[in-house]
Amino acid sequence: MNALRRLWRTVDDRTGISEIVRPLASHLVPPGTNWWYVFGSATLSAFVIQVVTGIALATVYVPATNSAYQSLEYIGGQAAFGRVLRGMHYFGASAMVLFVGIHMIRVFLTGSYKFPREMNWLSGVLLLALTMLMGFTGQLLRWNQDAVWSVVVGAAQAARVPVVGPALAHGMLGGTTVGGATLTRFYAFHVFFIPAIIFAALGAHLFLVIRNGISELPKAGRLVDPATYRTWYHDMLEREGRPFWPDVIWRDVVFSTGLVICVASLAWFVGPPALGKPPDPTIIQADPRPDWYLLWYFAILAMIPRAAQTYVIVLAPLVVGVLLVSLPFVAHRGERSPLSRPWAIAAVLVAVVMVGTLWREGLKAPWSPAVSVPPLPASVIGATSGAVYDGARLFQTRACIACHTIGTFGGQRGPDLTTVASRLSVGQMTTRILTGAVNMPAYAGSLRSDELSALIAFLSTRTTQGAK
Amino acid sequence: MNTEHESEVREASMPASERLANEALVRRRAFLSRLSIALSGVFAAIVALPVFGFLLSPLLTKSPNVWRAVGAVDRFMIGQTVEVTFADPSPLPWAGAAGLTAAWLRRDGDRAFVAFAVNCTHLGCPVKWLADADLFMCPCHGGVYYKDGKVAAGPPPRPLPQYAVRVRNGQVEISASPLPLTSIGVSRRSTDEMTKRTS
Repeated sequence: MNALRRLWRTVDDRTGISEIVRPLASHLVPPGTNWWYVFGSATLSAFVIQVVTGIALATVYVPATNSAYQSLEYIGGQAAFGRVLRGMHYFGASAMVLFVGIHMIRVFLTGSYKFPREMNWLSGVLLLALTMLMGFTGQLLRWNQDAVWSVVVGAAQAARVPVVGPALAHGMLGGTTVGGATLTRFYAFHVFFIPAIIFAALGAHLFLVIRNGISELPKAGRLVDPATYRTWYHDMLEREGRPFWPDVIWRDVVFSTGLVICVASLAWFVGPPALGKPPDPTIIQADPRPDWYLLWYFAILAMIPRAAQTYVIVLAPLVVGVLLVSLPFVAHRGERSPLSRPWAIAAVLVAVVMVGTLWREGLKAPWSPAVSVPPLPASVIGATSGAVYDGARLFQTRACIACHTIGTFGGQRGPDLTTVASRLSVGQMTTRILTGAVNMPAYAGSLRSDELSALIAFLSTRTTQGAK
Repeated sequence: MNTEHESEVREASMPASERLANEALVRRRAFLSRLSIALSGVFAAIVALPVFGFLLSPLLTKSPNVWRAVGAVDRFMIGQTVEVTFADPSPLPWAGAAGLTAAWLRRDGDRAFVAFAVNCTHLGCPVKWLADADLFMCPCHGGVYYKDGKVAAGPPPRPLPQYAVRVRNGQVEISASPLPLTSIGVSRRSTDEMTKRTS
């Protein structure tokens, strides 16, 4: 024991480890820090989970388009702990996205981005962008059918950028089509390039937290004045500050332990997302969806009007970026308390409600046609032969049902037609079927007149009485 | 700061010869600083040049125009639209299925074929041909096209792109082209080119 202690003293003397670590550990933190302060360290903990599980997965994962899928099947099916590791990497990513968002909202609401912590905020914005990039690139490494089409969707968005768009898209694909160079590109970015920038930005972020100090709890009426804040802050720390270790850090450790338990339990009991169909771009039976943290963006893409598409796809991320970056320059002084900043609360509410609503829509995806609806049962049709029955068959085969609901069957893109005959006359229905609408194909060119009358016969039975 | 200030003070009380030597030293230091900065730039450039060339090579190499046979003419029935698959222009040996492309091919007449890309012009998702409805439908955001590729409903900003098709030695051949992407200006031209080669 004594020999060990002597050895440590020698090592410490020659390396200066204590000299560096002790001041970091015992740096003073303002009084009153509470559970709202744990989300930054939670994000960091999730990142640590990602690095460790990611490195482990990389020892087996094959980043080649012809075998990545098999290597994932092997990891999830046969390799010891493979399923858990993949699950932890997935839920760890989810946790990282979740907590980076909560952390940002907390910092914004408490005005902690104000003087002198503007650069803390900016490095955080960079880390947020890098986290989203990791999410997108990582989702593609799950090289299945969704991944292949996500690459295409990503490239299609990049292609909308003026002038350099096509070059960007082909740069993403590693060629002019999805192919052998696509996956290695995303792999290199996901495991080397972006993490390297994350490590650098994270280093800067943590350095700034130490340099500028943990922000004190805001108090309504106590304004931030760049001329006096630093002196005031340091005097306050000298008077009532508490050492980070162990007075403050225990909450971070408790929360992060809970986090890793949740991530591991979800990985163990729920498991990683299913691989689904293989990455073969010639399998057209596809229904690509992004992972949950991008579903709200998927909804935006579906809902922007045709004329505004390119502007929204290209400009919206740019505008959000500019807003986030300019925030500490525009409002770097004054009130910090959310109680005195109703607009800050309103902004967060609007953002959360907007993303939440879009997310819910993304889950339902009512704009997606329902392409494999089971045949309408006779109880719904109300006939087993004759014009009404034929019309019901046509309703199905002509893909009306892909967008229109009858009872509990069919898609939701167009109006629900369960009781259409109670609202529209035969003439109105006929016109709509033949000429279509902005979001409905015109059937004048493809329906014969007997087919049209059968269809109308079927739809005419869709009344409020009939539905009951 | 401090040492600089001290050297200034010292300089004032120096004899002329010593001051000259000091000036030479200052010049030498300025030169050495510039040299180190410039050489670091050279070092970075030497490493960066091949790296950037390598990363950007997909943009610099032109993809060759290759015709791929997708089947004998007799295999296709007039009026029917079927899925065909063919290899990309220059697939890498390890590409596997990722080196393949699908297209919707319809035989319109004896030797008349039309080949649509499967990629929706909205965001590139794979459109499905619904034979009974005579429509292409996209699963992602609900884009719908008529059988001639014109937009019938939903968000697609442009008609379904077409690949050039020809008949050679009894085989239907499709021109393996870059992934069709909607962009401002540039790709409209390339889509037109794709179609033009058909005729």
